[in-house]
Amino acid sequence: MKITEQEVKNVAALANLDLGAEEIHRMAHDLDEILTHIDKLNELDTSTVEPMAQVLYQAGETATLREDEPRPGFDNQTALANAPLAGAGQFKVPKIIER
Amino acid sequence: MDLTKRTIASLRDGIKSLQFSALEVCAEALRIAGAENPKTNAYLRLCPERALEAARRVDATLAAGLDPGPLAGVPVAIKDVIVTRGVTTTCGSRMLEHWTPPYDATAVERVEAAGGVVIGKTNCDEFAMGSSNENSAFGPVRNPVALDRVPGGSSGGSAAVVAQGTATVSLGSDTGGSIRQPASFCGVVGVTPTYGRVSRYGLVAFASSLDHIGPFGRTVSDAAALLQTIAGRDPRDATSAFAPVPDYAEAMQQDVRGMRIGLPAEYFKELNSETGDRIMKGVETLKSQGCEVVDVAMPHTEYAIAAYYIICTAEASANLARYDGVRYTMRSKRTETLAEMYQFTRGEGFGAEVKRRIMLGTYVLSSGYYDAYYLKAQKVRALIASDFARAFEKVDALVTPVSPFPAFKLGEKIDDPLAMYLSDIYTITGSLAGVPCMSVPCGKTPDGLPVGMQILARHFDEPGMFRLAAAFEQAGGFAG
Repeated sequence: MKITEQEVKNVAALANLDLGAEEIHRMAHDLDEILTHIDKLNELDTSTVEPMAQVLYQAGETATLREDEPRPGFDNQTALANAPLAGAGQFKVPKIIER
Repeated sequence: MDLTKRTIASLRDGIKSLQFSALEVCAEALRIAGAENPKTNAYLRLCPERALEAARRVDATLAAGLDPGPLAGVPVAIKDVIVTRGVTTTCGSRMLEHWTPPYDATAVERVEAAGGVVIGKTNCDEFAMGSSNENSAFGPVRNPVALDRVPGGSSGGSAAVVAQGTATVSLGSDTGGSIRQPASFCGVVGVTPTYGRVSRYGLVAFASSLDHIGPFGRTVSDAAALLQTIAGRDPRDATSAFAPVPDYAEAMQQDVRGMRIGLPAEYFKELNSETGDRIMKGVETLKSQGCEVVDVAMPHTEYAIAAYYIICTAEASANLARYDGVRYTMRSKRTETLAEMYQFTRGEGFGAEVKRRIMLGTYVLSSGYYDAYYLKAQKVRALIASDFARAFEKVDALVTPVSPFPAFKLGEKIDDPLAMYLSDIYTITGSLAGVPCMSVPCGKTPDGLPVGMQILARHFDEPGMFRLAAAFEQAGGFAG
């Protein structure tokens, strides 16, 4: 076993993902299979290989930097249009400080 | 006017010479898309108002004596992971079922600026995660060639509408094969350009170091013309490339005599024999056009899936963290505390495959595992990229199958995620290396299922790739 149901629960908490009992059971099985396949990478000696984080980057270091000029953004109403709950021009979330 | 077989050039010329108006083309496209859609579920939504307005603009531009652009009046469908201002963009997810973006993706802006008419948004696997389109929260897409089979994924809808003829061309997105594999399953042309060739601004992020936008068409020149329109540097995507965009139409007029084609043995191992037969026949066609075929070695191919599913899930786990119940329309009704808002919204909003990938990505990035998984995968990615670099010292292009097998039946693989992942073996390598690659139709199996041949080229050598694909098409290779 590469991963237990308890570990699945821990990872789900890190990912802020609510999983039901059946989902946890199934997830442990699926992740176990995939992680077992992933073990294949250990066949390769990569001690002298540089990691590749980007595909290609031939542009100069500052080429992608633009002038820092103010540009119009979304107005408040547009920015809030997709909020599940908004009020007073803000996104509203559950209270996190008890008085 | 049979719209289902028209090319970009024939529509544009017909509109410019006033044989028909852009408005007539648009109305007909909307009519057949609406009529055909119950068969395939390929469109999630048509956008008639926006489409008719764009078509009227083309007609008005023409009436004013101005050039309406290279895509004048052409009906274009857009994968629902690419944002459209004022038109709901769901990413195939319950999470975004009611999300209406306040802006357009750069690629969409460029399509409309060129006279293209966006007629609707196409179905796809949720957040572009899947190889069969069965992971859409709004039901699977059926393959128009064989309705009991999948269209491939994740851009299944974008491939299906072009195969069906309800759009002339479409945009999809590709992270590990999501354009090429559905193109092969539906028998159309699908192009994954060089990483950075097309701006990702407005493409809902899945795995940022691997995500691409690319075109589908029924001909090589249609796909190339759409890429021509959307390619090029965009200041709003810092990873978009500065390299100038060559004239693809001009490149396709050159012949392919003397071009060197590499066949990597590693891509012909675990192949369904019917698929293998079709590809080898395709290679013969290229030889008959004067290409020289040589064997090349790509020794790290078998490690690609493992590396890919670490990198893409790690990046996805970070990118999808934004769906937290605050900004994107959905919030669980069970929410009382902040933590519940996050956990319940995500638990209810995401489907099984998205959860699996968020979990795997979170696991491989979690404390103590970084070196063993993510760093290791990035090193293996470098080895796979070096396989390509070495091969391209000897050859101008590589030719391989796209998928080990043709379109499979709905439900056939959905319960075995690892088997589904393994089916991406031939497309994932090109994605990891960031080279341009495409699928072209290459005949059919005895059962009548399309087979796709993959062409891969050097970074930014879309001209060479299109030249080879066009020569293959002109030699009758599409029919096999």
